[in-house]
Amino acid sequence: MVIGLSHYLIVAAVLFIIGVFGIFVNRKNVIVILMCVELILLAVNINFVAFSAHMPEMPGVNPIDGQIFALFILTVAAAEAAVGLAILVVYFRNRGNIEVEDADLMKG
Amino acid sequence: MIAAIAFYLLATVAIGAAFMVVASRNPVHSVMFLILTFFSAAGLFILMGAEFLALLLVMVYVGAVAVLFLFVVMMLDVDFAELKKGFLSYAPMGSIVAAILLLQMITLGAAYFSDGGRPLVDPDPEMTNLEAFGAVLYTEYAGAFEAAGFILLVAMVGAIVLTLREREGVRRQDAVKQMSRTREDGVELVDIEPGQGLG
Repeated sequence: MVIGLSHYLIVAAVLFIIGVFGIFVNRKNVIVILMCVELILLAVNINFVAFSAHMPEMPGVNPIDGQIFALFILTVAAAEAAVGLAILVVYFRNRGNIEVEDADLMKG
Repeated sequence: MIAAIAFYLLATVAIGAAFMVVASRNPVHSVMFLILTFFSAAGLFILMGAEFLALLLVMVYVGAVAVLFLFVVMMLDVDFAELKKGFLSYAPMGSIVAAILLLQMITLGAAYFSDGGRPLVDPDPEMTNLEAFGAVLYTEYAGAFEAAGFILLVAMVGAIVLTLREREGVRRQDAVKQMSRTREDGVELVDIEPGQGLG
């Protein structure tokens, strides 16, 4: 029972699918949609780290690069969560609910 | 062997908790399952030998982003019927999540120390994960690192600008107005006739 690259890729793929599925299923709640975006980014991070960990030795290639990328994705995801939740708070103040179906202010 | 058990436990819990994030009716439960998902993913990172990112994931997500989500869920007075029942009704769900977290930590510890403390994935022998990070992060990726800092700054300022609101009827100190007052504006000499007072 050796855990290889493909195992991690399958886990990441399933997490990604669940995230995308959740965005489509939760039409009522923007907070859950934001959480689904976080799940998708986590799946991407798992992919990056898995490829980084299972990279074969090659001259001129540093396997840590994948983890550096995951670090930057983590940064952007945190910033996105902060700004998204701030927008959510402002939206709730203006409209009194957070239902996605009511969010049609920009529709001509 | 025990590393494989740890992988399957962590992967199963991560996927199950991710599904519960989507399926749960109560957003507070969703946040708790999100914490569980990220914690399990951090365990997977440790299994892959990326300890630094694993700890970062726990700190950033379990420590900061999840609390941010919880704040927003609880601050917005959305009509979740369960949300009003008080905090104690979350105790069963919270304890389930906590118990699974404990089980994972014990399994991960057992897997880590099963071979006499040897890391599960053979790391670069002359460099730890953190050293490998530091060797490239501040040299090769210095520009991107600065850019990440700017992104965080912009997000912070943006969140403050978005949510700051000026309420009506709040008395504020206006320093410029205070400083620009002169004696002539502030003091008025009035000659009052005796027994009349100020009209």
